[in-house]
Amino acid sequence: MITEFTPIQSLIGGSLIGLASVLLMLTLGRVMGATGILAGFMQPASPRDWSWRAALLAGMVTAPGLILLTTGQMPAIDVPVSTPMLILGGILVGIGVTYGSGCTSGHGVCGNARLSPRSIAATLTFMLFTGITVYILRHVIGG
Amino acid sequence: MQRIIITYLIGLIFGLGIMISGMANPAKVLNFFDVAGTWDPSLIFVMGGALVVTFIGYRLIFGKGPEKPMLDDTFHVPQNRVIDTRLLGGSAIFGVGWGIAGFCPGAALPAVGALKPEVLIFTVALIAGIFIAKALQARTARHAPS
Repeated sequence: MITEFTPIQSLIGGSLIGLASVLLMLTLGRVMGATGILAGFMQPASPRDWSWRAALLAGMVTAPGLILLTTGQMPAIDVPVSTPMLILGGILVGIGVTYGSGCTSGHGVCGNARLSPRSIAATLTFMLFTGITVYILRHVIGG
Repeated sequence: MQRIIITYLIGLIFGLGIMISGMANPAKVLNFFDVAGTWDPSLIFVMGGALVVTFIGYRLIFGKGPEKPMLDDTFHVPQNRVIDTRLLGGSAIFGVGWGIAGFCPGAALPAVGALKPEVLIFTVALIAGIFIAKALQARTARHAPS
């Protein structure tokens, strides 16, 4: 499935992701890592620690609805993946980000912006393995 | 209450960024990695924009910025600098999962609000994976020689 190259939209979206990461550090002193925020939401350390995670997640899930209200259409979410593969992928992502202590937001954006050696190593590793996996699924098995 | 409202708005900005950027669209994400096929380089602009803004913002905060965050007592920044097999192995498993499903956690969470069955299925599986890993880690910790 071919997708349209969207440099401007992607740059605006990426900048907003960056802005949110900076604001979260400025206000709460926290890294904007989806893995850590979700894990702490499900197993909270204290009510005060849970409340900001809940508020942040609530803000995130409001975004698609706000876009629908203002533009009249939902942003595209095209999933060229079967249900069993979605489940397998989801479980692997959950296991991987827990052992790897982070994902694209925590390591890929916030960690790399701090020039953390762990985050740079983690990012190079997952980007490489994602690329290899897509190549195998599309051109070795699927090709 | 102020803390909750501000955090909510930050989550909303993050979610808008994810949805506008195309990061929550697995077709686009998987095409970014499919250099040998239907390549779509858009994700470079997502990561580039996010990294540049965060890099500059963090410099301002940690450079001449405040001693502590505006709404908390300390900065909660990870201090671990050890690159071990747990970090690299976990990241490799994450990469395989991302390549299979096309969603990463930060993209799936805002997309949950679109109420698409595929996103909900992925997110439930993601949460199951986190609990599986936590259970495995607790088990390893129990069996480890002290």
